[in-house]
Amino acid sequence: MIWNALAIALREIGRNLTRAFLTVLGIFIGVAAIITMVTLGQGATLAVKAQISNLGNNLLTLRPGAGFGSRTASAGVPHFTEKDATIISEQIAGIAAAAPVRTASLSTIYLQNARLSAITGTTPVYFQINKWNLAEGRFFSEADLRSGAAVCVIGNTVRTELFGSDNPVGVKIRIGKAACEVIGLLVPKGQAGMGDQDDTIIMPLSALQRRLIGKNSSHDINQISISAQDGVDGTALITEITALMRQRRNLQPNQDNNFNIFDTRQIAETLGATTQLMTMLLAAVAGVSLLVGGIGIMNIMLVSVTERTREIGIRLAIGATAREVLLQFLVEAVTLSCVGGLAGILLAFGLCAGLAKIIQVPFNFNLQINVIAFLFSAAVGVLFGYTPARRAARLNPIDALRHE
Amino acid sequence: MNPPAASPLIELRGLTKTYGVGDAAFQALKGIDLTIQAGEFVAIMGPSGSGKSTLMNVLGCLDTPTAGSYHYQGIAVETLNTNERSLLRRYALGFVFQGFNLLARTSSLDNVELPLLYRGVSRKDRHAQAVAALTSVGLPTKLRSTPAELSGGQQQRVAIARAIVTEPSTLFADEPTGNLDSVTTGDVMELLTRLNLDRGITVLVVTHDDHVATFARRTVLIKDGLIESDVARS
Repeated sequence: MIWNALAIALREIGRNLTRAFLTVLGIFIGVAAIITMVTLGQGATLAVKAQISNLGNNLLTLRPGAGFGSRTASAGVPHFTEKDATIISEQIAGIAAAAPVRTASLSTIYLQNARLSAITGTTPVYFQINKWNLAEGRFFSEADLRSGAAVCVIGNTVRTELFGSDNPVGVKIRIGKAACEVIGLLVPKGQAGMGDQDDTIIMPLSALQRRLIGKNSSHDINQISISAQDGVDGTALITEITALMRQRRNLQPNQDNNFNIFDTRQIAETLGATTQLMTMLLAAVAGVSLLVGGIGIMNIMLVSVTERTREIGIRLAIGATAREVLLQFLVEAVTLSCVGGLAGILLAFGLCAGLAKIIQVPFNFNLQINVIAFLFSAAVGVLFGYTPARRAARLNPIDALRHE
Repeated sequence: MNPPAASPLIELRGLTKTYGVGDAAFQALKGIDLTIQAGEFVAIMGPSGSGKSTLMNVLGCLDTPTAGSYHYQGIAVETLNTNERSLLRRYALGFVFQGFNLLARTSSLDNVELPLLYRGVSRKDRHAQAVAALTSVGLPTKLRSTPAELSGGQQQRVAIARAIVTEPSTLFADEPTGNLDSVTTGDVMELLTRLNLDRGITVLVVTHDDHVATFARRTVLIKDGLIESDVARS
């Protein structure tokens, strides 16, 4: 009986290709939309998380000023000293390393290529705190730091702009008013949500202070990069550092902090939650499109209900039972929904693979959303395809035949 | 389903059919007693609204009576459920309608095969029987034509082929020539007569056309839901 119903249903689909096509189209677009949006949304979440974790190992950044992001808030606020960094790493338990950082924006020139680059003066532990790896050459050493050697390590963006694809190691470039030898090239980290991390030149703090800035404020540093040991509670650590810094900066209990601590782990969690929210939002939008597809199917079914009701009347009159007729319609609805659903899954796979490359997020095939989208589409198709048929099959054959 | 030898093919006692309820109720059949033997060719006549089509729908198990008894080959039809009535139609009854009621966009062959499909006949036998039925109604060359490609008379002959392909014991025809011109009317009625004489199929024709009724050997006249006359022709 099932095979019979299947044969009849397939024959009916073949006879009404336009109707079948429109039915399949609704499901097809709905399924493809929901899978693509959810998969790409999850890829984006993963990409953001990966880039944040690229920023550094349990990284805390200490900056002057009341809040992060606002430059004016730091005006007139004292900077830190190298001593602050030393004392933090010595006095607070659970800290792996702390590096003083002085940043400057200076013109860099190699042959006829010139550009403005962000220069970071720091100590060798900075590389480990910020998870930088070498592609070529070496990092600068403690000895370079002590002697204030004019050496630097450059990011991939700087390399591309100044050297093209040439190997920069061993070459001297001009930074500001001093010549500086490139001793290392960093492995690219890529575009993060927070700008191009590879647009950087890193050199010994002493060299930056003595050779490039050389003013009375040269011993100030404008941030301290701190990495916590694995498994250390970040919140407790922030509390301890805050207390220490308040003491060192002579803040009275009624004064607000004139520095702030930027915790990448927290940011990672916040950003992760935000992208997850976006994914859910996109999924909701895609769900609506699936529903609209379903309503489209319902419309097609309702438009053809007169013809189909007469058809049901004919089938009943020549001796089909109501059950056989319903089975036929059920098989028809299931077949169309499945064809649409599978085609949608295929399209979504292609779209995800292509778009993931274009917007540079990882593409992970998500079985769960594929199954959910497919089952939902099948349910919609069956519901809308089957319900009008069920009503018709309940009629007396003669009433179905006379349906206008 | 073997009938007791003494049972007539169709036996109605006090059959009524009411549409609607309360004040809006309309009694289409007001108590019909009728007996039809196997092999008869009966014309049911009457003016519009007399209840003749209602009577035929009830006889053909397409509609259910409100009260009274209906025995088909000794089976009490009014006690059957929907499913059992479907099976009775499948195995014993054939229908021809005024509007042909063929499946659209479907070839003559597929239309005629349809009742066999529900009987579970194998593909090969289905094809052979459908071709034979279409040949017997004079359409051996129109196997692949869809209803839209056929004339009214040809469509009605396809419908007749569909009705007789299962070799039913009774063929019900509701105004079978209502949409046809006089020449094709003659063709269709001669075809029904031949089926009645050659194959012994009982034929019931509902019509308001006196010419059509002349092909039948018995004429039942219905008026206002009651039998007014019942005349057999010698």
